[in-house]
Amino acid sequence: MRALLARDLRLAVRAGGGFGLGLAFFLIVTVLVPFGVGPQTALLTRIAPGVLWIGALLACLLSLDRILALDWEDGTLDLLATAPLPMEGIVSVKALAHWITTGLPLVLAAPLLGVLLNLAPGGFLWIIVSLAVGTPALSVIGTFGAALTIGLKRGGLLLSLLVLPLYVPTLIFGAEVARRGADGLGVGAPLMLLAGISLGAVALLPFASAAVLRINLR
Amino acid sequence: MVLTVTDLEISRGGRAVLEGVHFTLLPGAALILRGPNGVGKTTLLRTVAGLQPASGGHISGADDTIAYAGHSDGLKSMLTVTENLDFWASVFGRSDIGAALDAFDLRGLASRLAGNLSAGQKRRLGLARLMVTGRPVWVLDEPTVSLDAASVGLFVAAVRGHLGQGGSAILATHIDLGLQEAAVLDLSVFRASPRAAQADEAFL
Repeated sequence: MRALLARDLRLAVRAGGGFGLGLAFFLIVTVLVPFGVGPQTALLTRIAPGVLWIGALLACLLSLDRILALDWEDGTLDLLATAPLPMEGIVSVKALAHWITTGLPLVLAAPLLGVLLNLAPGGFLWIIVSLAVGTPALSVIGTFGAALTIGLKRGGLLLSLLVLPLYVPTLIFGAEVARRGADGLGVGAPLMLLAGISLGAVALLPFASAAVLRINLR
Repeated sequence: MVLTVTDLEISRGGRAVLEGVHFTLLPGAALILRGPNGVGKTTLLRTVAGLQPASGGHISGADDTIAYAGHSDGLKSMLTVTENLDFWASVFGRSDIGAALDAFDLRGLASRLAGNLSAGQKRRLGLARLMVTGRPVWVLDEPTVSLDAASVGLFVAAVRGHLGQGGSAILATHIDLGLQEAAVLDLSVFRASPRAAQADEAFL
């Protein structure tokens, strides 16, 4: 398992590995919003938490089709399926590698981009907390979508269509935590729900992804 | 480890392909599958490797004993030869890749990126992977594709070495490997009568 994680991380930082793509996309999306909205700082402050969350979500989506498709194309998944690792473990490690290379950089970059969007001072802590709690769910749900669509030529668009609706609850509660935090309100309830979604996804979805993958490998 | 296949029925894309397949593979023995294109060699090997369920019959002795090598080698082009082998060795809980590098003459290529290797060199690396798994039963689908004569020699020597250590191998191939001790099984006699399978294998 550790070998698989180390290999995925190493591949991500080599040429063509896609590390940083999500981050750059996040940067561009959030920079574009002030251009589109215009120089209205009060409005920007109000929409900043939501924009940061949508940007993070789209950046996450961008790299999903790399999670499993590359391993499927070169036959690695067939060989991993005959290896002594359980399939549930393989998809979990893949999701973890995706989170480390995509989700974690987004969490760390969000406060910097918050400055661009004139995020309220109280919101910086909560945008970090909400993204840190919510992005693991994005990676795990995305891995499930990636498992569903391997084997389809250019399945990236279908993958996005399948995964985006599944991201809705995470987005609602994640953005709510960030918004209430920025407004100085209590964040307890949405944060609990967000954590619940993340934990539930991390606990249950690997079984679904593994089952789907076994069928797709036939 | 004795691999026993009894009365196996396999299907592909919802059509029965082979039925009544039976053979026993003893330690130290090799079995070569023959048959025209489309007879079901790959499907049989994938079934034996556990990648797809059989629609009937029984396979015993295949749990955690199989090292499978299919049409693609499972190599990462941005990793070096050594990194690729190290990865597979640690997936199978082992660490020594020296013997595999020697057996397939990969020492000189050890620090090259797999993406820069020729097709034959990649295949050699893919076959060297079998040796680092430490699994007793090698299941090989067209192992000699894109290998030159010298590399086929290396491969046959590696298979002989594996058999000598009490391992076994089952391979589908169209060329004569010069592996005289291997039994040959012609799959065309097991061809299923043309009919739809009882269930699509995708839903088993």
